[in-house]
Amino acid sequence: MILSHNTSKAIIPLLVNGKNHDVVIRSADTLLHTLRDQLGLTGAKQACENGDCGACTVIVNGEPTHACLSLTIESATESITTIEGLADSPVQQAFVDNWAIQCGYCTPGFVVNCHALMERHPDADDKTIEEWMQSNLCRCTGYHEIKEAIQSVLRTKKDLPSTNEDQ
Amino acid sequence: MIPFNFEYYKPSTITGAVEAFQTAHDLGQHTVYYSGGTEFITFARTNKLHADVVIDLKGIPECKALELDENDLIIGTGVSLNKISESGLFPLLGETVKRIADHTSRNKITLGGNLNSQLMYREGILPLLLADAKVKIAGKDTPVALDKVFHHEITLEPSAFLAQIIVDQSYLKLPFSTMKRTRFSKVGYPVATVAALMKDEELRIAFSGVCEFPFRSADVEAILNDTSMPAENRIEEAITYFPAPLVHDMHASAEYRRFVLKNLMTETLHALEAAK
Repeated sequence: MILSHNTSKAIIPLLVNGKNHDVVIRSADTLLHTLRDQLGLTGAKQACENGDCGACTVIVNGEPTHACLSLTIESATESITTIEGLADSPVQQAFVDNWAIQCGYCTPGFVVNCHALMERHPDADDKTIEEWMQSNLCRCTGYHEIKEAIQSVLRTKKDLPSTNEDQ
Repeated sequence: MIPFNFEYYKPSTITGAVEAFQTAHDLGQHTVYYSGGTEFITFARTNKLHADVVIDLKGIPECKALELDENDLIIGTGVSLNKISESGLFPLLGETVKRIADHTSRNKITLGGNLNSQLMYREGILPLLLADAKVKIAGKDTPVALDKVFHHEITLEPSAFLAQIIVDQSYLKLPFSTMKRTRFSKVGYPVATVAALMKDEELRIAFSGVCEFPFRSADVEAILNDTSMPAENRIEEAITYFPAPLVHDMHASAEYRRFVLKNLMTETLHALEAAK
């Protein structure tokens, strides 16, 4: 049983992008604020804070998650990946190549969600892509380019020859 | 940011959860059970909800179960909506919850959280009402029928919570239909959601978004199953037996809701009566 008091802060471990951290939190702190304010990981954006826009998306145990709708304390035993941990993801380059960026505020959330999609469904069809990407809003409305970026990564991945490990 | 502090517990047993709740409750602390937490965080952030103590149920194995036993499908109330859809075990439930919120949110929203939502929709309950589901309540040895604890909303003793949902396997693969219409986008609260299945050549049908609570009505089903009348007449009459007035709010006027509802009921009858 994890226990944190309501009058004092607690120190808890947090595994982010493969590294262990100790963070000092109120039990009411959301993961979004802990990532940004304590670990300096500002890629997950503070926007609606209501789970509507997807700008704060991080990956928790392989699943895209709204960091604004998670308490830090419930993430203490989980593996968290933020946009900063996806520097080598081909999704980032695909967004550049396809001009899938306008103001850029929503971009980290889209990239993180897309990366999770690729990992879970490397053969994702249009319906699956649409279902997953409905979680993210782009107020510049650059959806067409974003969809092209996602499809280009999936195409590239499908075209790659299978490795020995796959066989 | 949530503007108040609370104690957070994550028990590993049902008994531990109930004891923690009772202890805090006896001390006069406002205590809530927590599952996915999306609604708690949203409401707490905007000061629509307050808690002194939060008890997270996600560490309890029974609440995370998703399995078939000899006769039944067992769904822990801490199972996420996406896991239910992806499992394919109960397609009517999987397809219905797939239209709740967005994909990323559904990784966090749990079935228990949806059934106990403070919002009026609670669409996850529709397939369970249609399938005569039973519920295992924390601290009780014997499962009880869902409709014994659901009267417009789930009503339990203060320290009790739903641990598991139990559905007889004979319901899992019956012909079904589930449809939702929102105001203008694919993600959003329903103007109307209609779920239905055919059991022994009889239509069962349940609704969300049209009245202030989700419901299944024997009167409505009796009229819709009276095939001596044309479908249009049955639908007109069935709506007069709804248990509450149609909702009139920012998402849709009552008049527009009636229009959308009639279309959905027509499509439902068409789809399932063709499957007879």
